[in-house]
Amino acid sequence: MSDVTLRSDTDIPDSMLPEDSDGEVKRHVVEIDSHALNFGPQHPSAHGVLRLVLEMEGEVVARAIPHVGLLHRGTEKLIEYKTYPKALPYFDRLDYVSPMCEEQAFALAVEKLLNIEAPERARWIRVMFAEITRILNHILNLTSFGLDCGALTPALWGYEEREKLIEFYEAASGARFHANYVRPGGVARDLPAGLEERIADWARTFPKWIDDLESLLTSNRIWKQRTVGIGVFTTEQALAWGFSGPCLRASGVPWDLRRSQPYDNYDKVEFNVPVGRQGDCYDRYLIRVAEMRESVKIINQCLEQIRPGPIKVRDHKITPPPRREMKRSMEALIHHFKLFTEGYHVPPGATYTVTETPKGEFGVYLVADGSNRPYRCKIRPTGFSHLQAIDEMSRRHMLADAVAIIGSLDLVFGEIDR
Amino acid sequence: MADPANIPPITVAAPRVVSGSLGVIAFRLSTTVPGIISAGIEKGELVVRTTRHRLLDLMTMLRDDPRYACQQVMDICGVDFPERAERFDVVYNLLSVTHNHRIRVIVTTDETSPVPSVHQLWPAATWWERECYDLFGVLFTDQPDLRRILTDYGFEGHPLRKDFPLTGYVELHYDEERRQVVYGPVDLVQDFRNFDFESPWEGILTLPGDEKAHADRQDMKRQG
Repeated sequence: MSDVTLRSDTDIPDSMLPEDSDGEVKRHVVEIDSHALNFGPQHPSAHGVLRLVLEMEGEVVARAIPHVGLLHRGTEKLIEYKTYPKALPYFDRLDYVSPMCEEQAFALAVEKLLNIEAPERARWIRVMFAEITRILNHILNLTSFGLDCGALTPALWGYEEREKLIEFYEAASGARFHANYVRPGGVARDLPAGLEERIADWARTFPKWIDDLESLLTSNRIWKQRTVGIGVFTTEQALAWGFSGPCLRASGVPWDLRRSQPYDNYDKVEFNVPVGRQGDCYDRYLIRVAEMRESVKIINQCLEQIRPGPIKVRDHKITPPPRREMKRSMEALIHHFKLFTEGYHVPPGATYTVTETPKGEFGVYLVADGSNRPYRCKIRPTGFSHLQAIDEMSRRHMLADAVAIIGSLDLVFGEIDR
Repeated sequence: MADPANIPPITVAAPRVVSGSLGVIAFRLSTTVPGIISAGIEKGELVVRTTRHRLLDLMTMLRDDPRYACQQVMDICGVDFPERAERFDVVYNLLSVTHNHRIRVIVTTDETSPVPSVHQLWPAATWWERECYDLFGVLFTDQPDLRRILTDYGFEGHPLRKDFPLTGYVELHYDEERRQVVYGPVDLVQDFRNFDFESPWEGILTLPGDEKAHADRQDMKRQG
């Protein structure tokens, strides 16, 4: 109670006085000082370990100061001490909600420096799993965003749907989350028999699920009251603050790396890029819902166009030889041993390679010095610049709106803190 | 970690391929803008090297000139080359969403010479510069918020420098007597094992009868 001071004041309009206050009744006004509120780092709607120091004026946010780094694991330093194949699994653990998209960024960067290209089938598999990952990410984000604003049901439905997608992950890579599947030179192994049919079956039913989700939220009065007009960011602001992905598109910039700087097979699929106008939390929600529908379209196109074929480059100095060969061929055995101990040497050079992950532009600035380990691997996280803008975005909003804004920015701290 | 003396220089001085719109930009920058050390295409990406005191002019031009129109700074990061006199590269990755091109600007600096901050051009630069300061100790002038960002409160040192050990200097443990988590010097049960994968045969300059193959291999290494 130390923040609350009582003072008597005389300039109160009569209309605000109680009915029976004729004349000499003592008037007390409670004045609440501006004070700082420590939000997190263990707050459920901080989406991880965000410590947000909020300077409040009553219940209005005057200033929001994010403190990040509580999940800093030194990934970039660790990668400098690992060979290229061993550096890859770190990318799963950055944004642990969309692992394969980040592996893809690293794989593309290494491929660029090695001057190789993954075979056709591998590129289709990558695109398909990148889109599965996008849906995986958006389901978690939208439903937990709903949860932050008081809607419990979407989260319960979403987890069931996510489970199906995680099973596809498991079928392809053997792991539910940390897949280590997209490798430089292709993918780790071919899709198991029947998986394409299972994905096709799921893709038939999933649009219905999006309709159900929308029936819960899109025209929900409470949901709109919590999100429409909250955290508005104009086009100029979004560009200046380095926004990317759905957050940038919600502010009216038609920018999607899959379209403008296509990688893998994104130039061979047709999809729409949803763009918002208002740049508020509701638009960011709508963009993600629309993106899930587009992702289903892309997955269907992948399934139509994917053909049997090799799934990694045949150069066994870069990709491991098949197990069968290793039992018979001395050369294959040597290749296997060399690859898993020494790795491969990447010629000197530097590249800034980006992919459109579900959250936005994820970049890898990779500097190679000719040895078997990256000289420097800078990871450009998407949420870092989104979180930085939270002060600007939540200024003069209510405390509860700050929670909605955090939800709409889609923050994952594994990636921001690295 | 390979011996730093053996690391070949990564800088590619002259533009090797000048083609397309990026090549036009590279040519225009290198011929008309003062203070550009080099501008060229490396691995299909436009790389511009400049000096610290010319950085702000160049960045302002890249943002405001409609021919470049880099509305966004997507990334600022450091790279450490301890064997160089100015050991740090500060790398700016700019993006133009209207022209759909990226421009990479690189300046060099050392531990004491500050780099002008670009946060007035792009507010997003503040955190990237904080990160660069935190991890490398690169200083930025006119940056009002140059605090650490990723490392712990009260952390000492700059962990992404090449002379900072992977295991660090301190570790945390729970002190039973003081009933709190305290820092102590790092105590490794086993030293970090650093395997050297450089082929020992390449240390021998020429094996008898193998002169030509060896020269070819060295050429390949040099050119990538």
